[in-house]
Amino acid sequence: MAEIVGGIGISHVPSLARVVEQDRPEAGGANHFSAFRDVGTWLADRNPDVLIVIYNDHGSALSLETVPTFTIGVAPSYLPADEGRGRRPVPTFPGAPELSWDIVDSLVPEGFDLTVCQRLDVDHGLSEPLVTLFGDVEEWPVRIVPIAVNVVQQPTPTAQRCFDLGRAIGRAVASAPVDSRVVVIGTGGMSHQLQGQRAGHINSEFDQMFLDKIVDDPGALTALSNIEYIDLAGSEGAELVMWLVMRGALSENVSATHRGYRVPVSSTAAGIIALENL
Amino acid sequence: MTTPARKRAEDVPGTYVFDSARSRQGFPLNNLGSSLNELANQELFARDSEAYMDRYGLTEDQKEAVRNRDWLRMVQLGGNVYFIVKIGVSDGIPVPQVIAEMAGMTPEQFADMMRNGGRNPNG
Repeated sequence: MAEIVGGIGISHVPSLARVVEQDRPEAGGANHFSAFRDVGTWLADRNPDVLIVIYNDHGSALSLETVPTFTIGVAPSYLPADEGRGRRPVPTFPGAPELSWDIVDSLVPEGFDLTVCQRLDVDHGLSEPLVTLFGDVEEWPVRIVPIAVNVVQQPTPTAQRCFDLGRAIGRAVASAPVDSRVVVIGTGGMSHQLQGQRAGHINSEFDQMFLDKIVDDPGALTALSNIEYIDLAGSEGAELVMWLVMRGALSENVSATHRGYRVPVSSTAAGIIALENL
Repeated sequence: MTTPARKRAEDVPGTYVFDSARSRQGFPLNNLGSSLNELANQELFARDSEAYMDRYGLTEDQKEAVRNRDWLRMVQLGGNVYFIVKIGVSDGIPVPQVIAEMAGMTPEQFADMMRNGGRNPNG
């Protein structure tokens, strides 16, 4: 039987992996990002064979011609997308199509009308967290189920809807006949804004509150509207709702084994949290 | 949170919420940006940007904003940052420079603000 053995919330800002690598004290770095490396170690210890990765596409594989609210990949493998400078030189991501299809078969009858993709290129929203957590690898030690959320074009799914999606994913995994150890990763955030005169917006107070509440009181986060997320976390920081998909997939009671926060990475507040079911 | 969140998109200062009206208005511009993921299209755009903009059906205002690389104006005309930034990528302009110029700052000023904790949410 499939089992969820952990959850991670992590930023996907494009320079994150490089910054975390250069921050190593043994490389002369300032050791501000140790939590990101610690979660990599923790993840290896959890020994998952599948990661369900909740991310958003940044105009790489999905243009505004077609904007599905929730997209799931069911492919045997996924290529890194070309974001304008060629495909990222990382290994092809192996898929877990049997678990992907189990999720589709469970969620759609429940009312989550997923868009199902047998071919999907994945951009930095997915690859940056994986490179950060696993480093430069010759092949990925896990298979993936990519789930893309529209967090670009309003109306985007609400925080509550994202949490409910996560709960449905949790039920789907628990009833999946495949034998898998699964970790769910919610990516994006934390606060940042890349547009308008308010570009550069950072709200550390909100981010720290988010890191508190996602552990013990996710209801405080699902109660916020899309505009409240945009106002508090910034127009692009509003993608934090994807962490709530991850949280929803876990048990009601969880503990945070790791937590880290640092401003800035590029123009973004970088955050990470690792959760285990109690 | 010291200040309660704003409830209406138009009340969030310095922010252009990418809603249905903006997506509709900005589609030609964003579609052009999307096309620039491909190197061959980047070369076509660099060679004859006027013909390229015609091909995507940009309005005259949108064309003028692209000619001037006026990123804020592009956003005001329906551009979404993830798509218009590809015009910058195609030009070889670093993304942080695009973001800084949108905020009316030099890249140095903007990087300095970020190193000091970013733009304060309370102004």
